[in-house]
Amino acid sequence: MDAHAVSIKEYLVKKEPYYEPQGDEIALFEAAYRNQIPVLLKGPTGCGKTRFMEHMAWRLSRPLVTVSCHDDLTASDLIGRYLITAAETAWVDGPLARAVRIGAICYLDEIVEARKDTTVVIHPLADDRRILPVEKTGELLEATPEFCLAISYNPGYQSILKDLKQSTRQRFIGIEFGYPTSDLEQRIIVHESGIGPEIAEKLVKFAGMTRNLKGNGLDEGASTRLLVHAAKLMVTGIEPRRACRGAISETLTDDAEMLAAINELSASLF
Amino acid sequence: MTLSPPLSAIELEEKLDEYLDPVLSSRRTATGLAAMLAEFSRSQQEFVLRWIGIIAKTNAELAYQFAAQAPEGLRLMDPDDIESWIIQAMDTYDRMGLYPASAVFHEGEAYAARVRTRVSGMSFDDVSGILEIFVRGLSGRPLKLEPGEEVYTDTSTLFLPSSLARMPNKDENFRLYKAMAAHLWAQTWYGTFRSDLCGLFAGFPDQDRAKQIFHALETVRLDARLAADLPGLHRDMQRLREDLDETAYPDTWQKQLCALRAPQASVQTTIDALNALYGDVLPPSICYQGTLQAGRAEQVMAQRLSREKDQFHAALARLLDDKGRRTELAGLEGDPKDDTERFRVERTPDPDQPGKWRYELTIDGQPVTPPQDVKAMMDSIVQDLGDIPDDYLVAAGDGSYRRDGEEKNPDDVWKGTYHEEGAFLYNEWDYRRQHYRKHWCVLREIDVHPLDDDFVARTRQKYAAPIASLRKSFEALRGEEKLLKRQKNGDNIDFDALVEAYADMRHGMEMSERVLTKLHKQERNIAVMFMVDMSGSTKGWINDAEREALVLLCEALEVLGDRYAIYGFSGITRKRCELYRVKRFDEPYSDLVRARIAGIKPEDYTRMGVTIRHLTRLLNEVEARTKLLITLSDGKPDDYDGYRGDYGIEDTRQALIEAKRDGIHPFCVTIDTEARDYLPHMYGAVNWTLIDDVRRLPLKVSEIYRRLTT
Ligand SMILES: Nc1ncnc2c1ncn2[C@@H]1O[C@H](COP(=O)(O)OP(=O)(O)OP(=O)(O)O)[C@@H](O)[C@H]1O
Ligand SMILES: [Mg+2]
Repeated sequence: MDAHAVSIKEYLVKKEPYYEPQGDEIALFEAAYRNQIPVLLKGPTGCGKTRFMEHMAWRLSRPLVTVSCHDDLTASDLIGRYLITAAETAWVDGPLARAVRIGAICYLDEIVEARKDTTVVIHPLADDRRILPVEKTGELLEATPEFCLAISYNPGYQSILKDLKQSTRQRFIGIEFGYPTSDLEQRIIVHESGIGPEIAEKLVKFAGMTRNLKGNGLDEGASTRLLVHAAKLMVTGIEPRRACRGAISETLTDDAEMLAAINELSASLF
Repeated sequence: MTLSPPLSAIELEEKLDEYLDPVLSSRRTATGLAAMLAEFSRSQQEFVLRWIGIIAKTNAELAYQFAAQAPEGLRLMDPDDIESWIIQAMDTYDRMGLYPASAVFHEGEAYAARVRTRVSGMSFDDVSGILEIFVRGLSGRPLKLEPGEEVYTDTSTLFLPSSLARMPNKDENFRLYKAMAAHLWAQTWYGTFRSDLCGLFAGFPDQDRAKQIFHALETVRLDARLAADLPGLHRDMQRLREDLDETAYPDTWQKQLCALRAPQASVQTTIDALNALYGDVLPPSICYQGTLQAGRAEQVMAQRLSREKDQFHAALARLLDDKGRRTELAGLEGDPKDDTERFRVERTPDPDQPGKWRYELTIDGQPVTPPQDVKAMMDSIVQDLGDIPDDYLVAAGDGSYRRDGEEKNPDDVWKGTYHEEGAFLYNEWDYRRQHYRKHWCVLREIDVHPLDDDFVARTRQKYAAPIASLRKSFEALRGEEKLLKRQKNGDNIDFDALVEAYADMRHGMEMSERVLTKLHKQERNIAVMFMVDMSGSTKGWINDAEREALVLLCEALEVLGDRYAIYGFSGITRKRCELYRVKRFDEPYSDLVRARIAGIKPEDYTRMGVTIRHLTRLLNEVEARTKLLITLSDGKPDDYDGYRGDYGIEDTRQALIEAKRDGIHPFCVTIDTEARDYLPHMYGAVNWTLIDDVRRLPLKVSEIYRRLTT
């Protein structure tokens, strides 16, 4: 039990993470949490999903265990494995098993990146059984009411190879995230970077321009995250056009023409 | 090095006499030429004399012509360019004789201008790619860019010069191009054409004068808008004007200038100012303003508005449909209310853009979130009209929202004698009765008649650069090497696995043998079927674009190694559905296949359902983890015997559902601008894409394919 107490502390979010709600997502998440229904966060990259999870963990006073999924992630990476210490072998929980044990919020980021066979291990945990079988040790972990599973997914990529299976998605409550409205986004940038509101407003406008290009040569427009990056560079003394180029244009594309056009767009504002 | 003094006129005349002797006479002496050349430096004089000597060896008269034009040439060009000018003239002499060659010298100024363009100018092709993206980023409806004689916009296309060399270097000429595009964009964005300008100008005694003054005043207004919204861009434009000394306005304009620069100024402000200043001095024209073609703008706008009105009515009808279905599902009584007056648009100030409005659509007082495409339509209407007028807010009448195509000529349906031997029979979905019509369609596979012309070679050449880069990006997909873990055989130790195996062993379990890693080229294991529209409506451009797209695709897919097949479809009536084989799955991309691609030509109608059913059957015979069915089309399903409107759409949708049930992913690439009326219903919200410019089809298709499969 002691070990768990340490674990809980380690994963608790101590300070209130700054989060500007886009709509009723906080209430919706809380309702899902109370009803022990897992949550699926949808939305483009950098629009505040991770920040939202940190904020909710703080709000619900639950530890937060985050796993960034990638295509090499195996089921044992999530559940756990035996390790060898001095002369003994010891079982070590993976993040998912640990989250279940300590009643944490487990956030699987970019779930579509994980291999299909990995995704299925969350199935029994995500329906009303709420169990996690640990084959290696023969254990059957039962989730307490505090435990909560959340996954994120970006439906923007139109790849049929990376779609979430219906049997997976239909276990969740979906909360959709978009880019924040302009005034909200401006406030976020000011808060996160300490830049003046006029410049933040221009950054938001610039983001809007790049978002107009989505599907016309850009897979995705500039996210709030990139705007915060650009603002931070500016606060540190980098000239605005240069900051936009480094923090935004260059990350969005490698195509020379597209790059030139995006730089012209930022130059038209600053 | 000491500079030699220039030769005197007399010394020059002596030399000229020597070179040009055969063409001089008592009435035609070299005195005048010598006097003009006397004004130049010694090195310039020697340069000219040397060339006169060289040209005279070919033809003395041509040398005389050069001597006469040399002074102007020296003023306009540097020696290198003069040499190329001379060489061009001599070359012309060799090919076409004296007269055209002399003309080259007489057009020295034009030649110099071309030279300037080459070294310091910009051409439309240099800038259009960047500027098209730039303008699209600015906001509003997508605008096309095209080269034209005049700089203007018709509200759908921005016409820009085919080249610009007015400014001294490339950067500044680019800036001038950008300023022109931005000014024209501003006309479409800040509502220049929201007033009846043709009518306005017609009310003045001198229409042209009215137009010029209006345009100058409107430019003031637009510049002020740009200064507020896009200060960086405005600065660039202002700098151009300063460089060209175009910043001054007549003193008498001061009062109007103030009004036009006020944030609340609209095109009406400009009209008022025109009324006040019509009799005043004609204003200076500004480098980027181009001309105002109110008539063309009006025409294009009217066409767009009427199309959008229909589409909007249809979209509203669909929204009502959805709503009705939902109330039905909820077990509520459907609302038999009249469909008119149920829609409203609420206008609230937009917190994001002060002075602008935000539009919210409501049904029966309840806000609805319109789908993305309807939203775009609303934006476009507001961009043209400044508002959404009430007559837009009516749903299209019952069922008519999917407009049927015009009646087709029922001639010549049956060619030859009819039989069903060797044909495939397919069911068809009748949505009105909600059941299948058994063995309704008769389909035959036939080979496309190969055409041995240079189409494929030409296409490869035309797209040489894009093909190379496509191949490269497809190669990257193929080169996906993956580190396989827990292998029995491999090149490296998988430490995780080894530790685990060891732990297992210590626990008394059997030790696993899978403790190695291995690099493995991952099999993509994809099979893709391309279904190409060969209906009569593809005739011309579309057919060319389709064939080019297939060439590009094949070239790229060959690198990737995905299995692919290509079939064209057309036909006439349910008894004659025809599927044209271009490439089967098991066929290599051979000369024969290339000749078949070249041979694809427009045939008859598009009965899509049966085609999809047959291609699904073919795909089912292939072993692959991922199966794709990609349709290239130019319009909605349509056949001669009543297969159109809702019937065709619903059957196609049904066939696609059947395909999906078999694990096939359908996707549609279309160029039909009305596609949003029916494609989402058939393919689902995200499984289609509209390419609004046929010319982009060839490049886009491969790009879409790449996105779909990574
Ligand atoms: N609503 C918001 N409130 C506060 N900060 C926000 C908000 N939205 C975005 N941000 C800012 O944007 C940054 C990126 O957000 P976050 O990391 O949560 O994105 P994400 O949606 O998780 O992206 P990804 O899908 O790439 O993981 C945050 O660090 C924060 O600065
Ligand atoms: Mg995240």
